[in-house]
Amino acid sequence: MKDFVSGKWDHHIDVRDFIVKNYTPYDGDESFLQPPTDRTLKIWEKISDLMKQERDKGGVLDIDTHTISDIDAYDAGYIDKEKEIIVGLQTDAPLKRAVMPFGGLRMIENSLDAYGYEMDERISDVFQYRKTHNDGVFDAYTPAMRAARKSGIITGLPDAYGRGRIIGDYRRVALYGVDFLIEEKKRTKENFNNPSLNEESIRCREEQSDQIRALKKLKALGHSYGFDISAPAKDTKEAFQWLYFGYLAAIKEQNGAAMSLGRTSTFLDIYATRDIEEGRYSEADIQEIVDDFIMKLRVVRFLRTPAYDDLFSGDPNWITESIGGICSDGRHMVTKMSYRFLHTLTNLGPAPEPNMTVLWSTHLPDNFKKYCAEMSIKTCSIQYESDRLMRKRFGDDYGIACCVSAMVIGKQMQFFGARTNLAKALLYAINGGRDEKSGDQIGPQFLACRGNVLQFDDVMKKYDVILEWLASLYVNTLNVIHYMHDKYCYEKIQMALHDDEIDRTLACGIAGLSVVADSLSAIKYAKVKPIRNEDNLCVDYVIEGDYPKFGNNDSRVDDIAVEVTRRFIEKLKKVPSYRNARHTMSILTITSNVVYGKKTGSTPDGRKAGEPFAPGANPMHGRDMNGCVASMMSVAKLPYEFAEDGISYTFSIVPNALGDSEDARETNLATLLDSYILADGHHINVNVLNREVLIDAMDHPEKYPQLTIRVSGYAVNFIKLTREQQQEVIARTFFDQI
Amino acid sequence: MEPIIGQVHSIETFGTVDGPGIRYIVFLKGCPFRCLYCHNPDTWRNAGATAMSVNEIVEDFLRYKKFYDNGGVTISGGEPLMQSRFVEELLESFRALKVHTVIDTAGSVPITESKKCLELASLVLLDIKAPNEEMYRRITSQSMKDTLDTLDYCEKIGKSVWIRHVVVPGLTDSDESINGICDIVAGRKCVERVELLPFHKLGEFKWRELGLDYKLYDTPAPTNLRMAELRAIIDKRCKRL
Repeated sequence: MKDFVSGKWDHHIDVRDFIVKNYTPYDGDESFLQPPTDRTLKIWEKISDLMKQERDKGGVLDIDTHTISDIDAYDAGYIDKEKEIIVGLQTDAPLKRAVMPFGGLRMIENSLDAYGYEMDERISDVFQYRKTHNDGVFDAYTPAMRAARKSGIITGLPDAYGRGRIIGDYRRVALYGVDFLIEEKKRTKENFNNPSLNEESIRCREEQSDQIRALKKLKALGHSYGFDISAPAKDTKEAFQWLYFGYLAAIKEQNGAAMSLGRTSTFLDIYATRDIEEGRYSEADIQEIVDDFIMKLRVVRFLRTPAYDDLFSGDPNWITESIGGICSDGRHMVTKMSYRFLHTLTNLGPAPEPNMTVLWSTHLPDNFKKYCAEMSIKTCSIQYESDRLMRKRFGDDYGIACCVSAMVIGKQMQFFGARTNLAKALLYAINGGRDEKSGDQIGPQFLACRGNVLQFDDVMKKYDVILEWLASLYVNTLNVIHYMHDKYCYEKIQMALHDDEIDRTLACGIAGLSVVADSLSAIKYAKVKPIRNEDNLCVDYVIEGDYPKFGNNDSRVDDIAVEVTRRFIEKLKKVPSYRNARHTMSILTITSNVVYGKKTGSTPDGRKAGEPFAPGANPMHGRDMNGCVASMMSVAKLPYEFAEDGISYTFSIVPNALGDSEDARETNLATLLDSYILADGHHINVNVLNREVLIDAMDHPEKYPQLTIRVSGYAVNFIKLTREQQQEVIARTFFDQI
Repeated sequence: MEPIIGQVHSIETFGTVDGPGIRYIVFLKGCPFRCLYCHNPDTWRNAGATAMSVNEIVEDFLRYKKFYDNGGVTISGGEPLMQSRFVEELLESFRALKVHTVIDTAGSVPITESKKCLELASLVLLDIKAPNEEMYRRITSQSMKDTLDTLDYCEKIGKSVWIRHVVVPGLTDSDESINGICDIVAGRKCVERVELLPFHKLGEFKWRELGLDYKLYDTPAPTNLRMAELRAIIDKRCKRL
């Protein structure tokens, strides 16, 4: 067997060095790709059938209520023991969900209750004596934090469930084998041994010990399936299997909000290229391994509550895989494996998981661009993110956690902070810090806006005060959460697959930006008259005249959106963070734009109480009137520097508006992506489909088991959305031409 | 000199079916035709137009320029040549910037008015509404002379033309009718393409909103099969003219 090109990577952990020295860029087209084998189709049929049973049973097929999930807690489980190529399941049977109580016991109890299960007493007994993350957080929360949480100005906080958004470098398991990783961790632990042990170094020593234990369990996990993964993987199949064991260990240990895979395809291609060259495997063999691996990712399941589903609908896990991008030596990083991963959307049909993310650059090979466009048009399953913007900050070995959050693989992690509702904050500014729905004084008390017409300067001054208050409360809340998460629900195996020195970010988020921009624009350029109730709360607004709306590339309003973004991140940065994490921000809602809208009263832009916000950084539904290029340009103006954790834009277009032939549609979509990236756009979801299809799918879900669409930052199985979310998706702007 | 002002209906920043590549489309107000199947009757009259100068449009376009590297600008309507002076200036400005330009016209103004525009545009999309004078009058309420003059002039100056023709069941969907279109086009070197567009129902609501008397509520869209049959006639008779 040929040796790989050596380098720094043989002496210490440096996966990037291994990749850069060994990968083979591929400029050709997709003609080499192989169809699924009969074996693949049979297993997929079996899985599809199980998934149907799962849906028929209300979303959950089965739960193991007797076991506290852990890396080595279950016997080996199989879908089809004889036929599987890549093995390993979260529990001992496919789609059977595990109980992971360290994030919070209440969440587990509610989930079990919702699906008609009861927790094994032995588990609840354990938690008579052991605290969870959730317990810790609520011990420390201040009354102000509880109030903000309840009113919904800050929502989706990971205070009762796993925070996720951490990517273990699962490639390390394949490249080095577990023994070497353990040795490295032991060395690290010794480095945290100095004459003056302080709180941080004590914590680090404890963490290293936890990590070493987790790595030993990872080895045991391999053993339970008959593999010895203490040494490096020898060929392609082993590389997939070893890497998958790493990932599997993570999803057995953590029910994190997003459990992303990283940037694995180009790494794995190195093994495949060598093995094909040396005749060990054929192209069809390799595709079969890929298909099998992807099927494993499609059956990942977590136990979650219906309330959680309202927020993040469709059972998402954000098993995000980052594909493509450009190497810092100037070569593109598209390999045959990039194609093979995307090709699973053809071989197995469209699916939301894994969350296929193409790191787009105008310098990607034309063949690959066209192939991506083709797959987007066919499957609506791909998202695109600007390699140009991210490479500058994160180099060429970053991956996307969850939807849009870039981080250097194995070197960086984030403290996920969900998001705060800036539209509601605007209503607090108008109402003197009182909640527009309950009338409670949630924010600082000051004079509400008076008079019959809202004055822009007055509102802005008050908004600034509210944002200052909110930023401080928000960061402090996150500090509590992540202090407790580290303490009670530490991600042992994922952090074991990181370096010892970690760059941490505090990933704050905002929702409702386009509502805020339009509202402020209406106040500035039209006449907005508040309607007050008997309690003197502004509960509705009458707009006289027209005003510039976000999404039309009109700087009068786009500048307002930029200004609000800048102000808020600046205010966040003023508040000290836990473990000195660097403050970042995302403009992303996932599907929570529906719930946020529900919890927010009428706004001065004309949006009525309860109506959904636009997703992510999108313009409000139907207000972008000049076509999608204008809409994209407005979004692209939001500076990535202010929202380094990602700016999500979801784009839906009917096929005919994309061009009058298949070829034209592919070329036009690729050009559109190139141009959006050149205009400094960060992220874009692409949906190419007719509204009628979605309407039909609402009424006849059985006809569309695999209908996948991109929402904000992830793909989702449309029929798994709640009815309200389906309606919201249908109400979005579909670019069309008459 | 006072800048010439155009009466603009709307701007679409992502056009993909009116000329090659991705296009910035300026829809101008005003049309002398009253086509039975018009899907933009709101462009007939100038009421409600946005007044824009040539510079305003060019500047707006330039903000998006990179999106149109493989496409360009399409000037549509209404009948854009109703505002031929404005369109001339617009085309000249884009020409100076080396931007590919298309006029999407039905050739419904006298050639003396439109000559200059036809010369300046990179490509002309010419909509021929019907194969003969009688049908033309029935559909548009005007003569077909100007349209034919437009085509003749394009032939004379060697201007690239894409012919378009809307297929309306019961009006223009017979083999005979399509053969009539082929007769007009046959032998003309300037014609690079003949596109048949199926009549659709998506513009009906605008007639209702404007309180206009729409005659085609009961007319269905042509079937895909019928469209394919008619396209086969075009392919046979007009292949690479």
